[in-house]
Amino acid sequence: MRLITHNMLQCHAKNCNVNNFPLRFENAEVELIEADFNPEFLINMLPKLEWNALATTAVQLGIANVPAQIPDNAAENEEFLKALHGLILETHVQQGQMVCNNCQHVYKITNGIPNMLLGEHEI
Amino acid sequence: MSRPEHIAPPEIFYGDVEARKYTDNSRIASIQADMAYRALELLNLPPGPAYLLDIGCGSGLSGEILEEEGHAWVGMDISPSMLEVALEREVEGDLFLQDAGQGMSFRPGTFDGAISISVLQWLCNADKQVNRPKARMHRFFSTLYASLRKGARAVFQFYPENDDQIQMITDVATRCGFEGGLLVDYPNSKKAKKYYLCLFAGQQTGVRNDMPRALGENGEMH
Ligand SMILES: [Zn+2]
Repeated sequence: MRLITHNMLQCHAKNCNVNNFPLRFENAEVELIEADFNPEFLINMLPKLEWNALATTAVQLGIANVPAQIPDNAAENEEFLKALHGLILETHVQQGQMVCNNCQHVYKITNGIPNMLLGEHEI
Repeated sequence: MSRPEHIAPPEIFYGDVEARKYTDNSRIASIQADMAYRALELLNLPPGPAYLLDIGCGSGLSGEILEEEGHAWVGMDISPSMLEVALEREVEGDLFLQDAGQGMSFRPGTFDGAISISVLQWLCNADKQVNRPKARMHRFFSTLYASLRKGARAVFQFYPENDDQIQMITDVATRCGFEGGLLVDYPNSKKAKKYYLCLFAGQQTGVRNDMPRALGENGEMH
């Protein structure tokens, strides 16, 4: 799972509606997988990103140098877009787990695939 | 012919053997590709790369079409065996082991569109005692609605069992806020006839939600 998708993910257990984003990584194994640079896509995604969550997540994963906020000229700033590309489209979490800060549900990640299945009592 | 969704739940039916057979069958792959192209066309996306959801992505046959057309995608499926085949095939999309009937887990407004190929009929099935189809359908459509950008579309190619099932699905989708309805391509051809549920997640300012035209309505051939 790429970090772009983790940034869109929230806990979906029954009645878990507050403080259910972002899911916290634990014991995460990260792999960098090269992808084609597509500035147009990144620019389209900028309004959807929750930057604070992304910055917090990067710290959890031990990734340094993520700016505290999106620069004003983000869409024209190639250096920023390239760094963003590496962060959200090339950084994959392959193993570990995601934990909801509210209900503490644990979503396991195996071979890059999070298990989002809920128990009967959580539906 | 018996319908696979009557034989076993999807995660059981599509075990290791079936998942591979399904993916390696070139006839199935080519039909899946055609339907994925058609679903993508019906999404009516603005130009440029989009961020899309593939519900019941299986081994990634439809996701690969989205990739080819320059889009990024996220796929969910309830069959671990299907997802394993998708991993082997090195698809670009992010994969999730997820039961659509338990709802989506994405923030509001995440996706520019959603497609689903040959999956919806599975959701209508009460394969486990706890799987009340209507409640599952409601949870599915309400959370899908929330995860779509305003005015974005969700297009489902599916094999309805009968008119009651179509009615049940469209009723629930409408109650969850969706506009739109059913579109039948090549309605007079036994072979080419295909059902697409085309849903609009609300209305974008200044854009009217017009139902797209079906293909082959006047008898022209596939
Ligand atoms: Zn939670």
